[in-house]
Amino acid sequence: MKTLLKNTPLVIGLGLLALIVVIAVFAHVFYPVSPWQSSAIPLLEPFADDTLPLGSDMLGRDVAAGIAYGARVSLTVGVVSTIISITLGVAIGALAGFYGGMLDNLLMRFTELFQTVPQFAMAVVFVAIFSPSLTTIVLAISLVSWPPVARLVRGEVMSLKTREFVKAGIVLGESEGALIFRHILPNAVSPIVVMASLMVATAILTESALSFLGLGDRNMISWGYMIGASRTMLRDAWWLSVFPGLAIVVTVVAVNLIGEGFEKALNPQAHGERKA
Amino acid sequence: MTYRIFLTRLGNGLLVLIGVAIMNFTLVHMAPGDPAMIFAGEAGGGDETYVEQLREEMGLDKPLVTQFAIYAGDLLRGDLGYSFRNQRDVASMIAERIPATLLLTMTAFGIALIIGVVFGMLGGWFRNTLLDRGLMIVTLVLYATPLFWLAMMFVLLFSVRLGWFPPFGMQSVLVPDAPLERMLDIGRHLVLPAFSLGLFYAATYARLMRASVINVSNADFVKTARAKGVPGGRILRVHVLRNAILPVFSLASVQIGQLIGGAVLTETVFAWPGIGRLMFDAILQRDYPVILGVFLTTALLVILVNIATDLLYRIVDPRIETSAGS
Repeated sequence: MKTLLKNTPLVIGLGLLALIVVIAVFAHVFYPVSPWQSSAIPLLEPFADDTLPLGSDMLGRDVAAGIAYGARVSLTVGVVSTIISITLGVAIGALAGFYGGMLDNLLMRFTELFQTVPQFAMAVVFVAIFSPSLTTIVLAISLVSWPPVARLVRGEVMSLKTREFVKAGIVLGESEGALIFRHILPNAVSPIVVMASLMVATAILTESALSFLGLGDRNMISWGYMIGASRTMLRDAWWLSVFPGLAIVVTVVAVNLIGEGFEKALNPQAHGERKA
Repeated sequence: MTYRIFLTRLGNGLLVLIGVAIMNFTLVHMAPGDPAMIFAGEAGGGDETYVEQLREEMGLDKPLVTQFAIYAGDLLRGDLGYSFRNQRDVASMIAERIPATLLLTMTAFGIALIIGVVFGMLGGWFRNTLLDRGLMIVTLVLYATPLFWLAMMFVLLFSVRLGWFPPFGMQSVLVPDAPLERMLDIGRHLVLPAFSLGLFYAATYARLMRASVINVSNADFVKTARAKGVPGGRILRVHVLRNAILPVFSLASVQIGQLIGGAVLTETVFAWPGIGRLMFDAILQRDYPVILGVFLTTALLVILVNIATDLLYRIVDPRIETSAGS
């Protein structure tokens, strides 16, 4: 516990993220009025009115309310798409690594294909064709983010497969499923956790980019959408794009710090730089 | 030897292209609605006869394999379809935009590599100093900054407030006649887009380079050089840098696809006349043949650039001999 508290990136990251989660969960308490509804005069500058600290947009909508509700979209997309892509990646990587041979070859070629293709362009194509919604955005991001997980898990499984405790399991006649799920995968958890936290960060950035391009869910306000909508107002109303952008940066920094902290905690040797 | 590797790479590239074609085809056929309508765009008050003609051309009543063969045949002939919205051939729309995108992405790539290597080198060599800490914070923030937002902030600061660089476009309205002035004009327009695209990747390379420098500095041959009394600057230049830079190169060549994808965002903000901006306009108009065509083209660009960087990598690091796999 003490060592965890000394882990500065983890502590700062978790602190920031906790704040953002509270804002997201209680957005409707802080701002009972929908972020789509106009509640003030249009283009009110920030810090001019105490009730609207971040100003209002061209339709008089509260920028701060938009940021609070936007946190919901970012966090949901980040977490859900990461869970899906981790599941996909673990499944494909474990199959390829455990069985090897032709299956491995086939699955790895498939993985390479998804890794070579420009991922963002592919996500754009996917969302555009299946029409933008929270579901298609999550699926698109999952579809482009699983390959690194598959490669990582494949490598781990291949090396763990040859270890004594797995061989013992084979001798004892355990089923293949039990070998994979009970003996091999639990030992590969730490690198997967580190990768997952970095994937949440990338997913949040990708969602904001899709929404910025007009491929967001039309029913939910998101930070990327707010920035995209204010693009033509950049000259006259800087606050419409500056604040949502800062919200993205802070969230992604928080998630990345958590990832870095996990890595430090789970893999201390890699950080023993001081001895040199 | 290199000849054979080159052929293997080319073969792999071709496989990826076929994969992308299958992906495009599958997506269009899985989408709700009629593929002919998708290829024609959500024809607003559309041209029924054209959609009907397309249905026949695509052979929508025939088995899926036949339909794919027709699509693949079109692609092989360089036919990426017809943009109903623009009344133009998609392939020619894309072709005229490629040079602008290549200019932007390659400049951004160069910026990312130079800044990444320099930052990483300084951080790694002077590790745990104030300079290192500062650089780590800068890269942490850059790595968390959305490309498109950084681009907009650049416009806000360097164009709107300071007026140093033009906020959009690739050339001034009145294009200068003299070749040199024209190049300078394009260069001035290029600064902001290239930096806003490059800095995100610079952050990635800087972190990797830092770790790599630290790693190499602990190697035996560096310790030997130190023991022999080789001056620090020379150790850094001759022994550390040349070895530390290799992992950065190999990551950079893998990431080039992402850089080209990121160009969609940068070009959108700066109205840069490349294929990224074309894709954004196509998204607004729901012009699907163009969206699919740009996707295929970016994949092709990535494959070509990957082959090129792979050959370059071999020159930088002669230790690599064969690598059919990897």
